Amino acid sequence: MSVTVPTRAPVVAADAAVAPRRASPLLGLGLVLSLVALLVVIVLSVSVGSRTIPLDRVWSLVLSPDGSDEAIIVQDLRIPRTLLGLLVGGALGLAGALMQALTRNPLADPGILGVNAGAAAMVVTGIAIFGYVEPTVQVWFAFLGAGLATVIVYGVASRGSSGATPVRLALAGIALTFALYAVVQGITTLKPQVFNQYRFWQVGSLSGHDASITAQVAPFIGIGIVLALLLARPLNTLALGDDLSRSLGANIARTRALGALSITLLCGAATAAAGPIAFIGLTVPHVARAIAGPDQRWVLPYSLVLAPTLLLGADVVGRVVTRPGELQVAIVTAVIGAPVFIAIVRRRRIAQL
Amino acid sequence: MPGGLGRVVRIPGTPISFRTHTRVLAVGVALLVVGFVLLVLAVGTGEYPIGFGDVVSTLLGGGDQGQRFIVETIRLPRALTALLVGAALGAAGAIFQSVTRNPLGSPDIIGFTSGASAGAVLQIVVFDGGAGPVAVGALVGGLGTAALVWLLAFKGGEGVQGYRLILIGIGISFVMVGVTNYLLTRARLEDAATANVWITGSLNGRGWDQVVPVAIALAVVLPLTFVLARELRMMEMGDDAAGALGVSVDRSRAGLLLLAVVLTAVATSSTGPVLFVALAAPQISRRLTRVTGPGVGSAALTGGVLLIASDFLAQRVFPDQQLAVGVVTGVLGGVYLIWLLWNEWRGNRA
Repeated sequence: MSVTVPTRAPVVAADAAVAPRRASPLLGLGLVLSLVALLVVIVLSVSVGSRTIPLDRVWSLVLSPDGSDEAIIVQDLRIPRTLLGLLVGGALGLAGALMQALTRNPLADPGILGVNAGAAAMVVTGIAIFGYVEPTVQVWFAFLGAGLATVIVYGVASRGSSGATPVRLALAGIALTFALYAVVQGITTLKPQVFNQYRFWQVGSLSGHDASITAQVAPFIGIGIVLALLLARPLNTLALGDDLSRSLGANIARTRALGALSITLLCGAATAAAGPIAFIGLTVPHVARAIAGPDQRWVLPYSLVLAPTLLLGADVVGRVVTRPGELQVAIVTAVIGAPVFIAIVRRRRIAQL
Repeated sequence: MPGGLGRVVRIPGTPISFRTHTRVLAVGVALLVVGFVLLVLAVGTGEYPIGFGDVVSTLLGGGDQGQRFIVETIRLPRALTALLVGAALGAAGAIFQSVTRNPLGSPDIIGFTSGASAGAVLQIVVFDGGAGPVAVGALVGGLGTAALVWLLAFKGGEGVQGYRLILIGIGISFVMVGVTNYLLTRARLEDAATANVWITGSLNGRGWDQVVPVAIALAVVLPLTFVLARELRMMEMGDDAAGALGVSVDRSRAGLLLLAVVLTAVATSSTGPVLFVALAAPQISRRLTRVTGPGVGSAALTGGVLLIASDFLAQRVFPDQQLAVGVVTGVLGGVYLIWLLWNEWRGNRA
C-alpha cells in the first residue's frame, strides 16, 4: 500500500510499507493474554498490601464477608481502590491513544488539550478560596476545570475554515496549559498552605479515595470508553491525512469533535478522581502500537487493557516496596514503566503517527 | 509572508555576509530597542526610583554614588540576567523545535529540564543546599539526564533518530518528574516551598554571578549556531531530504543539540527552568517575523524581551511579595501565544 499524503508523505508512506501486517488471530490472542495479565494484577491488588491476605481467604471474604478486620480491608479499601485503578488506568490509556491519533503527534498526551492543567488550576483556586475542599466536591472542581480548558483549546483551534488541525490543537493546548500551570505555580508559590494540600494532590495516587468518588466518575468514564471505541474506524481514515480522508468521504470535523469530547470525559474524570497521572496516557499507546501496528481498531483495545495493568501493577509494587508506608502510584508507574517503555522503543520499530 | 529569497546583508570590512528578509531585520531591530527600553525601565523603577536620563548616564559611567550602587550591584545584574537567560532559552527552544521538527520541541524533550529540576530539588530538600550547590545540582542532574537520553536513543548502525530520541526523552523525563514529586511530598513544607519556587524559575536575588556564565555561553554558542543555520534549515525538510542535500544529519543534529543543551544548562542553573520561554519564544518570533525556518536569532531576542518584560511585571504586580518570574512568563507567554493563534487562524491559513 502506498499512499501519498501532501504534508507528511515520506514518513507515512515509508511506514505503511515497512510496518508488517500483523495477523488478526495473533493480535486477538495477544489481547486475551493481556486480559489474563490484567486479571492477575487485579487479584494481586486485592490481596497484597501492608497486610497481605491469602488468595483463598480473599475469595471467601468476597463471597461471604464475616465482619473481621480483613473483610473490612478487602471490602472498604482494596476493592474500591482496585476498581478506581481499573477505571482510571483504562480511561487514561484510551484517552492517550485517542489524543495521539487525533493530533498525530507522539508528544501529545491527553494533558495537551489542557485537561490536567485545567483540573489543577480549578483545584488550586478552590483550595485558595475555601481553604479546604471536601474530596467529593474537589472532584467536581477538577472536572469543571478540565472541561472549561478543553472548550477553550478546542474553540481557539477550530477557528477559521480549516478547523481544528493537529498542529493547532497542540499549539493552542500547550499555550493554555502553560498559562494555567503558571497560575497554579503563582498561587502555590505565594501561599504555602495551599501548596501543602496541592503537593499531595499533584502526585497522583489511588489511595485515600473512598468508593463514592469511584461511583461519581464511573458514568463519565463509561460514556467516554464507548465513544472512543466507536471512533476507531474514523480515526484510521484520519491517519491518511486530511485531504485524502476528506476525499474518501470522512467527516473530519465530527471525528475530531467527538474525539475531543471523549478525551475530556475520560481524562477529566480520571484526573478528577486520582490526580494527574501523566505517564500512562503518553506511553501506553506507543506500546500498544508497537504490538498492534497502526490499526486503531487494535490500538484502542490494547491501550484500554494494558494501561490499567500497568497502573494496578505499579500500585501493588508501591504498597510493597516501602511497607508499611506507600509510594504514590504515579511515581511508581513512571519508575517501573519507563525502563520497559524505553526497551520497547529501542527494540521495535514503532508505527509512527 | 515575504516572498523570494530576501536580501543579502554584508558587514563591511569583514568576510561575513548573510541573507535575510527586510521584515526579519525590522523585527530584530524593534526587539532590540524594546529590550533596551525595558532594561532602562527595569533599572529605573523600584523602591528608589531613578529617572530615565539618570539611568542612561549611570549606565554610561556617570550618576552619583548612591545611584551607581543601586544600578551596578542590584538592578542591572538582575535585568541583564533576565535578558540573557531569556535569550539563551529562546535560542535553545528554536534549535530543539527545528531539529525535532515539532512545535512542542523544547529542552524538556531531551530530559534536561526535568533532570535539572530533580537535581536542584534534591539539593534543596535533602542536602539543604544554598544557591551554589543548587546550581551545581541542576547542572549535574540536567546534563546527566540529557546524556542518558542521548545514549539510550543511540543505536549502532542507525545513530540517533529524532523520533526515538523524543520517545526516550519522554520516558526518562517522567521518571525525573516522579522523583521530584516524591521529594516534594516527603520534604518539610518550607523546603518544598523553596523548591517549588526554583522549579517555576525566579530572578530574585540573582546578580553578576549569573550574568557572567550566561553571557559567555551566549557569546560562544550563538555564532556557532549561525554557522550551522544552513544545516538546521535543511534538516527541517526531514532527515532524508537533508541527507540528499549533503548535510551530515547525525553529526549536525548532535552538534546542534549539544549547543542547545549548553545554553539551556547555563540558563537553567542560574534561574531555574523559567516556564514556557523555550517553547513560546520561537513560536512568537516566528509569527512576528512571518518567516518559516529556524530563526534562532529572532527567537533569542524574543526570549530576552519576554523574560525581562515578565520580570518587570513580576516585581510590580505584587510589590510586597516575591512573585517568581516563571509565573508571569507562563501567563504572559501563554495568553499572548493564544492571542496570536486566534488572530492568525481567523483567516483560512492552516
